[in-house]
Amino acid sequence: MIKTTASEMSLALAKGEITSVALTQQHLDRIADVDKKVKAFLHVDTDSALAQAAAVDADRAAGKALGPLAGVPLALKDVLAQEGVPTTAGSKILQGWKPPYDSTVVAKLKSAGVVILGKTNMDEFAMGSSTENSGYGPTFNPWDLTRTPGGSSGGSAAAVSAFQAPIAIGSDTGGSIRQPAALTGIVGVRPTYGAVSRYGLIAYSSSLDQAGPFGRTVLDTAMLHEIIAGYDPKDATSLKVPVPAVVAAAKSGDVKGLKIGVIKQLQGKGYQAGVLARFYESLEILSSLGAEIVEVDCPSFEYALAAYYLIAPSECSSNLARFDAMRYGLRTGEADGASAESVMNSTREAGFGREVKRRIILGTYALSSGYYDAYYGSAQKIRTLIIEDYKKAFMQADVLVSPTSPITAFKIGEKSEDPIAMYLADVATIPVNLAGICGMSLPAGLADEDNLPVGFQIMAPAMQDQRLYNVGAALEAALVSKWGGHLISKAPALGGAK
Amino acid sequence: MSSLSRDEVAKLAALARIEMSEEELVNLASQFGSILDAVARVQELNLDGVKATSHPQPLENIFREDVVLPSLTPDQALSGAPAQEDQRFRVPQILGEAE
Repeated sequence: MIKTTASEMSLALAKGEITSVALTQQHLDRIADVDKKVKAFLHVDTDSALAQAAAVDADRAAGKALGPLAGVPLALKDVLAQEGVPTTAGSKILQGWKPPYDSTVVAKLKSAGVVILGKTNMDEFAMGSSTENSGYGPTFNPWDLTRTPGGSSGGSAAAVSAFQAPIAIGSDTGGSIRQPAALTGIVGVRPTYGAVSRYGLIAYSSSLDQAGPFGRTVLDTAMLHEIIAGYDPKDATSLKVPVPAVVAAAKSGDVKGLKIGVIKQLQGKGYQAGVLARFYESLEILSSLGAEIVEVDCPSFEYALAAYYLIAPSECSSNLARFDAMRYGLRTGEADGASAESVMNSTREAGFGREVKRRIILGTYALSSGYYDAYYGSAQKIRTLIIEDYKKAFMQADVLVSPTSPITAFKIGEKSEDPIAMYLADVATIPVNLAGICGMSLPAGLADEDNLPVGFQIMAPAMQDQRLYNVGAALEAALVSKWGGHLISKAPALGGAK
Repeated sequence: MSSLSRDEVAKLAALARIEMSEEELVNLASQFGSILDAVARVQELNLDGVKATSHPQPLENIFREDVVLPSLTPDQALSGAPAQEDQRFRVPQILGEAE
């Protein structure tokens, strides 16, 4: 039953129509069938997944109270530490590292009985928009294997869209959940900053990073969101507030009387015609469902990309200093009498890929005395202006919307030699991260010119994540009824499918 | 047009503790101009009087009681170490020659 949804799997498990062991095995078989082509996984944890599944089946047989996703398999982005399981963040510098502890997200998944199938591929340290920057080779888009699945959580998105897992965890620093969700025709949510603990999430840019859920439906995504969110004393930036009622919102889907703001700056030039066509069509649907569509002006968004590519590299140049070849990870250049400094230099040269080096150098430059105010300082002020633009916009509308990505999935290699072209992939997703608010991407259909998935982005104020799910559910229901099924059912079979 | 020379990139790489091949230095220097032009857009606006935001939330120091809590054992903490000795991380020489 791999082609159903997590909520249907959950129901079948509860009714005893299938065991978690059988369901997990079906997904492991699917991975064995198609992952040679998709390359979504860096590590498949077969034995442990089957053992977790057997434990859930035993608990169920014993009549224990189980969570809604107990026994349902999941794919985990390799940026999250899982005790005893190889965790690389897509980097050669962490090849073979097995964390001695669980990240909070993993601990929550385990206590909810979710079965972790394995670790998924990603751009190295989450730096990228195509998963081509992985130290272990790219992931391929299940819709067209010559194209990227987006990134940086491309492995997780591809696994869900190729039916290798019904749900997955990603992380989103500048769009790394929403953009791959858009490019692979699934749902992805970046929760409000601080809503999901960052304890055990390998840091890229600490003021922007946030883990979040992927699913094939809005409801599945909400169910996973509810499991991983919540206050954690181990993360000093974790929010001490109740988790928004996202599952209830996903079951409601009522936009009557809601005001939906279209951001003037996130459309038009640079956006593919088929992306815009699906976006405007979705707006018409929301309007026909009783929402009021208004246009909002966010002039500082034009500078969001520039601010992001100063703030994130600056933070990463500091965060990645921990990879020093001393306590864990790779160590090279240890010739007789080699100093610690030369070992560090040699290890970081061998262990980091091109894009990571590029960003560390850019961040080092932006933070150096003499340039600090002009670059990092100005970027921080732009960040304030973006927060203010959002505040004004949210006074005029309950949620804001835009296309998730200006383009559909691009070819492998198409942008890998041009950093600026690659950075533009995140132009519509980055403002959410800079403001610390929440955003969702859900499928809006296929672009006419290339038959590839288009994502519709919804944004809501901090800790109003339930608004994403409410609006997302309303739009999804209308689109599914129009299409006669979920968009993902139109995805190619990849051979070997049963 | 911004630019960064090969030597400036080499200096930054040394500060960031990344040994770079000549080819990498030259490549990075050639790409840096367009990257700096793109990010320099943050200087186009008049930002006088605008406060800087370093973080999306108002952060405060968080304290807890000073009591011993469970933590990693020495073996767990050392489990990923490239080299260890007597329950400690063994690192390459960090000071100059003693003699």
